[in-house]
Parts: sequence; C-alpha cells; structure tokens
Amino acid sequence: MSTSFVLNGKPITLDADPNMPLLWAVRELAGLPGTKFGCGMALCGACTMHLDGQAIRSCVMPLSGVDGRQVTTIEGLQSRSAKAVQAAWIALQVPQCGYCQSGQVMSASALLEKNTAPTDADIDAAMSGNICRCATYSRIRAAIHSAAQSLKA
Amino acid sequence: MTRQTAAVRKPTRRAFLKGASSVTAMALTIGFEWAGTTRRAAAVAAPSTAASFAPNAFLRIGADNSVTVIAKHVEMGQGAYTGIATIVAEELDADWSSVRVESAPADATRYANFVFGKLQGTGGSSAMANSWMQLREAGARARAMLVSAAARQWHVSVAELSVSNGIVYHPASKQQAPFGSLVRAAALMPVPDQVTLKDPKHFKLIGRQLPRVDVPAKVDGSAQFTLDVVLPGMLVALLKRPPLFGATVQSFDAGAAAAIPGVVKVVQVPHGVAVLATGFWAAKQGRDALAVQWDDSNAEKRSSAAIMDEYRRIAEQPAPSARNDGDSAQALRNAHKTLSASFEFPFLAHAPMEPLDAVVKLTASSCEIWAGDQFQTIDQANAARIAGLDPKQVSIHTLYAGGSFGRRANPESDFIVEAVSIAKACGADGIPIKLQWTREDDLHGGLYRPMYYHKLEAGLDEKGELTAWRHVIVGQSIMADTLFAPIMVKDGIDPTSVEGAATIAYAIPNLSVNLATTKFPVPILWWRVVGSSHTTFAVEAFIDEAATAAGEDGFTFRRKLLEHQPRMKAVLELAAEKAGWSKDPMPKGRGRGIAVAEAFKTFVAQVAEVSVDEAGHVKVDRIVCAVDCGTAINPDIVAAQMEGGIGFGLGAVLYGQITLKDGRVEQDNFNSYRVLRMNEMPKVEVYVVPSAEAPTGVGEPGVAPVGPAVANAIFAATGKRIHVLPFPKPSAA
Repeated sequence: MSTSFVLNGKPITLDADPNMPLLWAVRELAGLPGTKFGCGMALCGACTMHLDGQAIRSCVMPLSGVDGRQVTTIEGLQSRSAKAVQAAWIALQVPQCGYCQSGQVMSASALLEKNTAPTDADIDAAMSGNICRCATYSRIRAAIHSAAQSLKA
Repeated sequence: MTRQTAAVRKPTRRAFLKGASSVTAMALTIGFEWAGTTRRAAAVAAPSTAASFAPNAFLRIGADNSVTVIAKHVEMGQGAYTGIATIVAEELDADWSSVRVESAPADATRYANFVFGKLQGTGGSSAMANSWMQLREAGARARAMLVSAAARQWHVSVAELSVSNGIVYHPASKQQAPFGSLVRAAALMPVPDQVTLKDPKHFKLIGRQLPRVDVPAKVDGSAQFTLDVVLPGMLVALLKRPPLFGATVQSFDAGAAAAIPGVVKVVQVPHGVAVLATGFWAAKQGRDALAVQWDDSNAEKRSSAAIMDEYRRIAEQPAPSARNDGDSAQALRNAHKTLSASFEFPFLAHAPMEPLDAVVKLTASSCEIWAGDQFQTIDQANAARIAGLDPKQVSIHTLYAGGSFGRRANPESDFIVEAVSIAKACGADGIPIKLQWTREDDLHGGLYRPMYYHKLEAGLDEKGELTAWRHVIVGQSIMADTLFAPIMVKDGIDPTSVEGAATIAYAIPNLSVNLATTKFPVPILWWRVVGSSHTTFAVEAFIDEAATAAGEDGFTFRRKLLEHQPRMKAVLELAAEKAGWSKDPMPKGRGRGIAVAEAFKTFVAQVAEVSVDEAGHVKVDRIVCAVDCGTAINPDIVAAQMEGGIGFGLGAVLYGQITLKDGRVEQDNFNSYRVLRMNEMPKVEVYVVPSAEAPTGVGEPGVAPVGPAVANAIFAATGKRIHVLPFPKPSAA
C-alpha cells in the first residue's frame, strides 16, 4: 500500500506498511537519518518532526496518518525562525552528545513559529517533552530566548 | 586511518579529505610508547601521502592546509574531540578554523589510554588528563618538522622562524609559507628527539572558549551516529533477551516471527533469540511475535526490597576494611554526642539517548564494527574471541556516541558481542548486521549502577569537634570477575565501591570504612562518577547531620575539617561566596545546602537553593558550582559538563530507580524511568578556579555533589533528612 505526502517540500510516495511509524519510513525508506529514535512511545521527543507546521512525535505517527500532508524534518528546515534557532544553538554551544538535538531544534522552531516571544513557562510547556540526558536544558532555554531576540531585529 | 565509509549523507569536507589522502606515498610517523611519564619515540612506517604530512599517529596536515587531528577517545558529548584538537593545535600553532577531527582505529599500541594501561578506551574522566602531554608533544614535533622544512627551503636557521595560525614566517626576509605548502618537505625531515613545549603563558587556544568541533553537525542533523549507518544489504536485528537475569533460552518457535513481511531470519545466540529483517519496524514486529520459552532455574527471582533487607542484615556483620585510622569504635564509645544514619541507593540505568546499537560485518577472515565505541581494544578482543578471529582482524570505526555515561564501556562488550554473535549465527556471510536496542531493552538489560546500603555513625566531643566516623558499605563489586579484578581488587576491597568514602577528605582522627561485597546475577556497571555516585551522597548528607549536631552551619563545619585540603577548601569557599552563603535561614519554604567532592582528581563544590511547597513538591531553584580541574583547556566545555552533570545527577536523586519485582525489572521506558526534564532544570552558575596544574577530568565530577547539596537544602527548608534514594514522592514527603 502506498502513502503520498510532501517531505521537506517535495512530493514523495512510499510503498510500505501503513502502520509503519513515520520515523522509520522517513529514516529507512526516504533515507533521511537526521531524525532520531529514542523511546518509540512519544516520551522523549528525539523523533520530533513537523506535520503541517506542528511538532509531532514521528515514532508513534503511522505512515497512513500523513497521507496528503506536509512533513518537515531537520534536513528540510528552511524558515526564518528555524534558522534563528540553529544559529542560536551554535552561538550558545548547546549540544553535547547531540543525539536529541534534532528533536530539540524541531520543537524549538515550532514554538517560535507560533510564539515569537516565549516566556520561560512557554518554553517549559513546549520543550518538556524533549529529553536531553546530557541535560543541556539551561542552554536550550537561553538559545530559544536568544533566537526570539534575533527574530525581532 | 579509520574511514567512516558507512556515511550515507552528502560528502563532507572530512570525507573528501580522507578520500584525497588515500594515495599513499612514503613518509614517516612517530609511535609513542608511554609507560607512566616516560616516553620513547620511534620512527615507523607511516600513512603520510602525496597530499599530506602525517608526522605521527595523532595528526595529518593536508596540502590544502587542513589539519586533521586523530582522536583516540570517543566523542560522547563530553567534548573530547574539541579538547584533543585544541591541545594539538596549540603546540602546532595551527589555524583553528582549519582543524578537523577524525576517530582513531582500535590500536592499543598507538592509542592506549595511559590511565587504563595498555588499553584504548575512554572513561574515568581521563581523556584530557592522559592526552595532555602526549598530544602537546605530538603537536610540537610536527611544528618542529614544518619549521625545519621551511628553514631548509629558505636557507635560514630555524631560530629565525616563527609560526602563527598555520603559517611559518621568516620575518627578516618577509617570507611566509602556509603549512600545506610544506607538507612534502616536512615529511622528509628527521623526527626531533626533543621538543620544547610552550610556556602556558603563551597559550593562544588552551583556556579560550573555542567553539566545539562537533556542534554544527549536531544542529543540522548531519552528525553520524551508529543508528545512521547504512551499508548495502544490511539487516536490522532485534534481540529477544530473557525476562529474568540469569535465565536462558529453553526453546523457541520462530513461525509467527518469520511470517512478518520483511523478516529474513530468526537465529539463536547465547544471549537470546535474534530476529533479522530488512528494517527496524519489521524486526520489531517479528520480535513481538516471537515465542520463546525460558529456563529460569538459575535466574535471580528476588525483589529489590528483599535484596535491600538482606543488605541491612549484612551491614551488621564484620566486613573487610577499606580504611582504618585511630580507633573509631573506642572514639564512638567516648564521644560526648553520637549520631547514626543509613542510606539506601537503588539500581540506576544510564539510559543514554541513543539506545545501544552496533553494526557488524563479519566474514571468515574479518570483522568490521561501527559503533559509538568507548572501549575499543577490549571490544576488539571480545569481538575476536566470539568470531574466532585474531584481534588484528577486527577493525572498529568509532562514531559519535549518543550519550553513554559509562554504559558503552563495559568489560564484557555486551552489545558488541551480541552483534558479533548474531552475525556469526547467520553464517559470517559478510552481510552487515545492525543490532538495535529499544528503550525497553535498555532499561531491562542490566549493567546498572549497583544498589548500595550505607550505614554511618559519628561521634562529637564537648566542643562539637568530629572525633569518630564509622562507615559500612554493602553492595555488588563493579570490578569483581572482570579483567580489571586482578589489578583493582585487593584484600576484598573494590576501590570503586568505596572511593569518596575511604578517601574522605575531612580530618577525622578515628575513622573506619568497611565494605561488604555481595554477589548475585543482576549485571552491574560503572555509572557516571562511579563510586562517588553514592558515596558522596552518604558522606555529604551525613557530615551535614554532624554539623547540625555540632550546632554549626554546613559550610563552616566542613571548612574547618578541610584546613589540610587547600584545593577542596578553595572550591568550597568559592561556591559559598558566589552563592551568598549565610548561616541565616532563607524565607519559609526555602532552603540552601552545600556539598563538596573530589572525583577523578577534580574538586567540585555546589550550593543548592530549593523551594518546597506544603505538599512536599521540591523545586530546585539554583545551583552554584565551583570547580577546580587544573588547567581548563576549554572553560565553556568545563561549564557545560558541570551543567550537564548537575542535571544528570539531579534527575537520578529526584526520580532514578530500577526496581525488581520477583526478578523482573519494573521500569519499561521514560514514563516509569523518570529523568530530568526542561521544566525541572535549575538555574546553574559555574565558576572555574584558575589553575596552572595539569588538566583533570570534568565529564563526571559535577554529578557527585548535587544530590547531597539538594538533600541538605531540603533539610534546611523542611527539617527532614533524606535517607532513601530516590527522594520521596510529594505525597509521602
């Protein structure tokens, strides 16, 4: 059975089990490995992608659920706020092991798309689903504030 | 050199350079053999090329001016790649923007970690400490050969030349030559016997907050982890392991698993039954469908509560001595005031974000491994043993590790051995196999930080001075029955069980530490900061109780006992000063606490500020951290490791526990094995003590004091001491 959707701006059709989680379809069938596997149960956020602009956990999203929709992964980030997030991540030297950071960047850029001046509480709400075992949380928070500032300019 | 040919992503500059240097030409390299601090340099055949200069095992300079530093340590988040590159680039006077890092192949002769002896591996916060002089010399020798080459070209003496940012200058004639233009000539220069290292006051890179070399790729998703390795024809394997520790496969029925589309094979290995498929999802479904009967006759079937009950009884029995100063029993009898407490610590999982994984390509004569490999030559030896090969036939590509916290370095090489066993069971047919653990596999799979029980007693004299200290520790030994046991375990004492307790820094005239080592089939391992993950909590929480009994505040009481420990005392004072430590209590519902530790020769003190509401919800508001790690090669990475260690340690004391119920692990995933999340991260301030001492480690020590600092702050806020980890849930607090 095939599923057609738009992946990082380009139409794609994948012939696969419609129950296969989007994470594995994108990683193994579409060949985009930037999105990571951490828990398989939407508990850690390492697999965060954007579906029609919303941050979602791709490890529990069946492939059939994205039929006809727009999926963006870390490889396809283009928006001004996403670029601001990535620049702030570099400026503040956020990553350590780096494995969760694709998901962190995806959650943070989805937040800034909707909220250009997030408070600490907004950041807690948007980012608490993304675990970082290296505990880079202080820098993630600072980087989101920094990215928000840069978007004002 | 190791080539990460498994890369599936667009060719990077690194990959291009590696390709460009594949045409070998004659050259030379230096192999260092280190024994303690003595060194012998010997010229051996080398991988310099027509396009590059590889003066020794640790760097290569390209005709394009690129400097590739070869890292013998894994990059698992601790910043090792950046630290290693900084040390080499400093003595080389390289242009930092042209420095790249590549992982070394597994080779104990060239890439041993001196802290471990003749093994290549990363751990014990030793990467910088053991690389420091080795890499400074490697950089300095390369620089000397480049300078000699330029001097010969220009017919001037080397004394007239200077080097800066990857360019050799002759100021008198205004000639200059970038490194890349000198690579062929430099490769022909003799290796200098002696080189002069820089005076630290001339350091340009060491001590600066250079950006990490790995950050850009970790922000755009292009950093390659083992999860991302794709090889032609590769199969993904998931392994069904026994539900109880010590159980084995009795029989299995592969029928339902084999019927799942995409499942290719089902094979039995010593550790369980593996399902191999064309992708993860099919392998996962296949494993879910697999029916296995287990033989649990030799399995551990107790619950963790029963194990702790037994530990309490064992703590009352005589046990081997780890330290005995004066007469603690007599001093306790004579004390004006005595106090006692016990502390209980659970099993902890490392739970790195990247679940364990390894890719193996096994043939009759070779074994190629891709992994976030932390213990290269032990993994190489274990893989060779399983495969029936010579270790020389096993090559390892060390990739970025998605966290480890100790998990990926283990004497049994568990996940590597599993992957090789599966490849062997498949016929060693050269088909690449990626073994992928799930989060459930990770939490159920053992190699936990052991459970421990600590019993402490202390005595004070009339003046409130600490005269007696008796400490008994009960728990499994991490080193027992490993290849490290003959060197490490002496007279029944595994030093990793008592470090931080037997090495207590406080001046106490009568002091005893005893260790009762238990043995049962739950597999255990070092976990970030190893023994100090429990000993520091027990010592620093109990010394706080002693301070209260003496009528003093935690800072003043500790400070008096550290007069003979200048570096420890200095971090204690610095943390207290920066935190605005005061004997006066904070407003109602708030409290501050302090703790200090030495781990891996690094000194760390932390002051915690907490708020506790009426229901008992603890919010850690602020941690002020002072650290003395000798020379801070990169102060921003030092700060990052303290921040991360604090978050890691805080999550463990607040929530971390693996529990057994009739032998079964009760935690499955991050819902039941809680770790720290964004909303729980305190404000952290880190102060690095300026120092010219040799660098010591920073990956682990920041973890040690946070738990007791927070527990002591909770006492200040509530009057309640915490003796059982993790901290009580709010309803019970």
